[in-house]
Amino acid sequence: MNQTDKPDTLTSIDTSSHKINNYWKKNLKIMSALLFCWFFFSLGCGVLWVDYLNQYTIPGTGFKLGFWFAQQGSVIAFVFIVLIYALMMNRADKEANNANLNSK
Amino acid sequence: MSILNWTYLFVGLSFSLYLFIAWRVRVKDTQGFYVAGRDVPAYANGMATAADWMSAASFISMAGLISTMGYAGSVYLMGWTGGFVLLALCLAPYLRKMGHYTVPEFIGDRYESDVARVIAIICAVFISFTYVAGQMRGVGVVFSRFLNVDISTGVFIGMFIVFIYATLGGMKGITWTQVAQYWVLITAFLVPTIAISIQLTGHVIPSFGMGATLIEPAVVGQTNFLLNALDGTLTDFGWHAYTEAFEGKWSKFNVFATALTLMVGTAGLPHVIVRFYTVKNVQAARWSAFWALLFISILYLSAPSLASFSRYYMIHTLNGSSAETLPDWFHSWEKTGLILWLDDGDGLVRYSGDQSNEIFRSGKIGTGELESIKNKHQVWLSGDTANGMNGRQLLLDKQLSGPDRDIIMLAAPEMASLSNWIIAFVAAGGLAAALSTASGLLLVISSSIANDLYYRTLNPKASQKNQLLVGRMTIAVAVVIAGYFGLNPPGFVGQVVAFAFGLASASFFPAILLGIFNQRVGTVPAICGMLSGISLTAYYIINCVFLNGDRWTLGMIENGITPEAFGMIGMLVNFAIVFIMTPFFPPPSDRVKAIIQSVRSPEA
Repeated sequence: MNQTDKPDTLTSIDTSSHKINNYWKKNLKIMSALLFCWFFFSLGCGVLWVDYLNQYTIPGTGFKLGFWFAQQGSVIAFVFIVLIYALMMNRADKEANNANLNSK
Repeated sequence: MSILNWTYLFVGLSFSLYLFIAWRVRVKDTQGFYVAGRDVPAYANGMATAADWMSAASFISMAGLISTMGYAGSVYLMGWTGGFVLLALCLAPYLRKMGHYTVPEFIGDRYESDVARVIAIICAVFISFTYVAGQMRGVGVVFSRFLNVDISTGVFIGMFIVFIYATLGGMKGITWTQVAQYWVLITAFLVPTIAISIQLTGHVIPSFGMGATLIEPAVVGQTNFLLNALDGTLTDFGWHAYTEAFEGKWSKFNVFATALTLMVGTAGLPHVIVRFYTVKNVQAARWSAFWALLFISILYLSAPSLASFSRYYMIHTLNGSSAETLPDWFHSWEKTGLILWLDDGDGLVRYSGDQSNEIFRSGKIGTGELESIKNKHQVWLSGDTANGMNGRQLLLDKQLSGPDRDIIMLAAPEMASLSNWIIAFVAAGGLAAALSTASGLLLVISSSIANDLYYRTLNPKASQKNQLLVGRMTIAVAVVIAGYFGLNPPGFVGQVVAFAFGLASASFFPAILLGIFNQRVGTVPAICGMLSGISLTAYYIINCVFLNGDRWTLGMIENGITPEAFGMIGMLVNFAIVFIMTPFFPPPSDRVKAIIQSVRSPEA
């Protein structure tokens, strides 16, 4: 960011609200991608398409695929979703704060 | 040492530990009392949240529910964990950034209205009491079975312990006690589950055991995968197959809607949300949501395994047994009325899903009445049909077929013939689960009334000391009311829990979500949305459950919408009303808009 050559207060307020806007957009993007996964693995694979998936079994086990998603897979997916969210958003926070420090 | 002595030892030890922790971290200011001084590390907050969230229902009842429901039981697994995803992604970080103590406070400030605040307080208090009643019943069940004391004595002991550490330590005391309670309850759950898994399938990890093959197939000729064998056995005995999706009232719509209601309801539950106020910043709030879900998932991934193991085990040990060969655990649980056997005259047990079933539970029938039913049944068996009575038909009509679902978890260590000390440890685990949730809920009740109603609405000039006093007094009153429900459990605890989730999803979730993600929604639409969501949900559940009204089919849903599933409709109505009304009413003030903007920016 080469904002340093513009010491004008008005533009610096503009750029900082612009940055917040970018941060918020990034947040919404991460959120909607992860919420899609949330729906897909639980209500999707575990409920809506369970009949179709139940035709298949996980090789080497007695789990029908849809049943496995409903009772095991969805919970495992949830843990990963929340983990990915914490990692990505905390990094986004750090980047936004560093950018703020640099531009000051 | 006998089971009784071991139980006294473990319960005594764990209770002293909780009291010791409460004494060590006792607090003197409102900040510590409501949000633990905001200095709880993320992993500890995660454990506390997990213990807070996993109630007597999760620990004692859930495995049993899944065990009897099979596939449909997944709604509890998905619903109660999936809600955490919504909470972590859509609510927790923003609420933490706002920096309030409670949910009603957020709603009151965001929508700039005391009316909205009071509606939120009423919902929070109602939901919390519904829950506490269930916890106190759990304490009663554990005490009466494991300590051979009167249920009322057990409830009094439980009330006393909760009261001491909740009033002394507030949120701080509760948080650190819950960390200890998490370890007690998760160990108590895993040890018997792993033991049964090893016995039946040879797998140490229950989730793998559930998909594995049986070591000794009970029926020759069946495929020896546990789940396949279970499906086969269940259909042979007149039930639906364990893994079969969508049967009876659990149509695809109802499974979907119930799971979604539970998810959204979980995200809107005040005692879970409030936990995210106790960490030091937003980053820590995100991590603590992850830790909480990780710690919860350990139990939630094992519970369905335990459910399938114990269903299989129970059917194969009970069927064909005679009075002499019935297992020991049957006799010890028969005393509690959670399971009983009324023979049809051949001297052999038959546990099945049809008319020939001989295994029942006593439900709400008193011991005196139960004895007379048993005696009359004996007379009837001896051929004297004039003086006797067919007890099996009577219990079948009362819908008391099959053992009580609570037995699945509580009797698991005995089914796996584990040592006495493990059986006793499970009692301590059940108590930890019930007490940790009860204390978290009591604090929500106290903060809703003392902070939101008394300080924010009625007497804004109250001093800290004064607020703390009101807070502690509210807990005392709440403990007494909760104790009353423990002694006289309402017969409809199960339905009332549906009520709590329905209300949480129809009221809090849309209001909080729109409050953060929409800057245009103003006071009037938000209040109208909440009121219509709540009243529609309340009307439907009361009409269906208590007045035996018809279930709505909306012209397309087979068997109608179950009351448990209706929260989803209430939520949709809430959203719809808000969106329709918003263009006609003024947007929030600039002050509120500034707050929303600051919530959306990264925390420095």
